[in-house]
Amino acid sequence: MYLDPHTHMISRTTDDYERMAAAGIVACIEPAFWLGQPRTHVATYIDYLSMIVGFERFRAGQFGIRHYCAIGLNSKEANNEELAEAVMEILPRFALKEGVVAIGEIGYDEQTELEDRYFRRQLELAKELQLPVMIHTPHRDKKRGTLRSMAVILEHGLDPSWVVIDHNNEETVKDVLDRGFWAAFSIYPFTKMGNERMVEIVKRYGSERIIVDSACDWGISDPLAVPKTAELMRRAGISEADIRKVTYANALTAYGKSGQIKEEDWLNPPPIDQRLLYMGNSVLRGGQEPRIETRKPGLDEDLRIV
Amino acid sequence: MDLVERACALLSGWVGARVTAEAAAWFHEQLAAVRNAGQEKPLYLALGYVPRRLGKDDLALSAAELAEAAALRPGFDPSEWSVDQAARVALVLASYDGDPVRFKDRLETLFRTADIGETIAFYRGLPLYPGQELLRARAREGARSGMRPVFEAVAHRNPYPKEQFDENAWNHLVLKALFIGSPLDPIQGLDERANPRLARMLCDYAHERWAAGRPVSPELWRCVGPHADEAALADLARVLESGSAQERRAAALALYACPRPEAKGLLAGVPELVGAIERGEIRWADFAHS
Repeated sequence: MYLDPHTHMISRTTDDYERMAAAGIVACIEPAFWLGQPRTHVATYIDYLSMIVGFERFRAGQFGIRHYCAIGLNSKEANNEELAEAVMEILPRFALKEGVVAIGEIGYDEQTELEDRYFRRQLELAKELQLPVMIHTPHRDKKRGTLRSMAVILEHGLDPSWVVIDHNNEETVKDVLDRGFWAAFSIYPFTKMGNERMVEIVKRYGSERIIVDSACDWGISDPLAVPKTAELMRRAGISEADIRKVTYANALTAYGKSGQIKEEDWLNPPPIDQRLLYMGNSVLRGGQEPRIETRKPGLDEDLRIV
Repeated sequence: MDLVERACALLSGWVGARVTAEAAAWFHEQLAAVRNAGQEKPLYLALGYVPRRLGKDDLALSAAELAEAAALRPGFDPSEWSVDQAARVALVLASYDGDPVRFKDRLETLFRTADIGETIAFYRGLPLYPGQELLRARAREGARSGMRPVFEAVAHRNPYPKEQFDENAWNHLVLKALFIGSPLDPIQGLDERANPRLARMLCDYAHERWAAGRPVSPELWRCVGPHADEAALADLARVLESGSAQERRAAALALYACPRPEAKGLLAGVPELVGAIERGEIRWADFAHS
C-alpha cells in the first residue's frame, strides 16, 4: 500500500487514477495551489476549493482511491493583495471540511513582503484550528527560502512534528531533519528530485521523518512516482519496513494528526461513505491485504525518473 | 410549532439518542448557538465539526421512528440517512429566523462552500426547509449533478421533486437517472408524474441505446406504459418479443398499465406474464437493482 501525500489530481486524467490504483496507491493528498496561472477573483478560488473537497474527492473514490486535501493560499497568489485578503476571509470556511488534513501548501515563492504576511497569518490559522501544515519551499533561492520558512514557523511557536517541509533536495534535507520537521521529497523530473537520488537519500538518512511524494500536476510529472521509487528502493536493498515508512506510514502519521485521515478510511470505511462516496468501489474489503500489481506491463521498463 | 421547528426537534432527538452524552451535549450547545447567532460563523463551524464530534454511523431508524418521520411531513423518508446528515440538517433548520428568503440565501452560501458530505446532507434536507418554492433552482442544480450520490440526494426517497419540479425538470430528472445508471424506483411520484412527453423522451433514449448496442434499463418502460403512443407500443412489442426474460417482464408490466386496447392485444400473447403480474409476482421495485 502506498500513500502519495502531494498530488494535484484536479489536473490529472482518469487513466492516472486507474494506474495509481493498480500500482497500489490507496490514498492521495491534494494541497491547494495555483493552477499554472494565477486566479484573479476570490470566487474562482472558492470554486476551486469546493472542487477539491467535492468532485475531486468523489472522482478519486470511483477508482478506489481515497482523496484528501490541504487548504491554503499559495505563495504565488499571495502577491495579489486584494485576492489574498479575500481568500484569507474564506479559508476558515474550508479548513474544517471533511478530509482536510492540513493548511497547505503555503510558504514562499519569491520571498516577498506579501508572501511573508500571508504565510504568517496562515501559520496562525493552523495553530488555531490544530491542523498540520504543508510547506512549499521555493524553487529559486531554495536553501535560504527553506531555512527562512523554518525560522518563521518556529517563531510562531508551531511544533515541527506538525509541519511537513516539502520539495527538499540533498542541500536542504539535513537542516530540515535536524530541526525536527518532516522532510518530504517530490519526485518530479527536471526541477525537483529524481528517484535514483531519492534512493541515495534514504540510504544516507534512513527512513525517520522522510516522506516521498509525486507532486504530480499539470506539468511533466508522474503520478506513479511513489510506487516507482519504492520499487527502485527495493532493488537497492532498502528494507520493506523503511520503504513502508517513506512511501506510506510517515505521511499517515504526520497528516493523521488532523484526525481527518486514518487507515480505516480505506481498510474499513463507514457504511455511509461506502454507499455514497465510493459506490462500492472499495480499495479493500474486510481488512484484506491489497492486491498490488507492481509488475504491470510498462512499469518495469519505465522505472527511472530523471 | 411549525414544520421547521418540529423537524429540527425530531432530527436532533434522533441524533441525541445515538451519540455519547458528551457529544449530545456539544450538539445541543451548537443548536442553541446557531439559534441565537447574529452571524453565520457558529453555523459553519458547527457544520464543519459535526462528523468529528458525532461520527458518521447510519441513523438506522426504527419502524416507530420512520412512522414519526412520515407523520412529520408526507413523503419524508430518512431511512438511509446517517447521524452526521441528520445533525447537519437540524443545524441548518435551527438557523431559520422566520424569513424564508434569508434562509434560501444562507443555504445557497452553504452549498457554495460545501464539501461532498455536506452537499448530500443539504439536498436530503430539502423537504424540511421553509419556503419550498424558493429552492427549486437549487434542487434542479442538484438534479443536474454528475456526482451520482448528489443527484440521488435530490432524486431518491425525496418528495421535493414530485412536488416542486415542473414537467420539463421532472422529465430530465428521470432521464438523468437512467443516463447515470441510477435506479428509478426510489424516485417518489414516478407513476403519478408520468406524462406523454416523458414517454416520448424515454423511447427516443431507448432507440439511441439500441443503435449503440447498449443495454436499456427495464425500468425505463415504467414511465412509458401509461402514456404509450403507437410508436411506443411498437417498442414495447419489440421488447416483449425479443428482450431478455427480465426485459420481457418489464415490457409486460408497462403494457399492463397502458389503457390502449392494442396493449391488451399484445398482452394476450403472453398469458404467463399477465398471470404473474396479477399474482403480484412482477413488481417495479424488483427491477431497481437489475
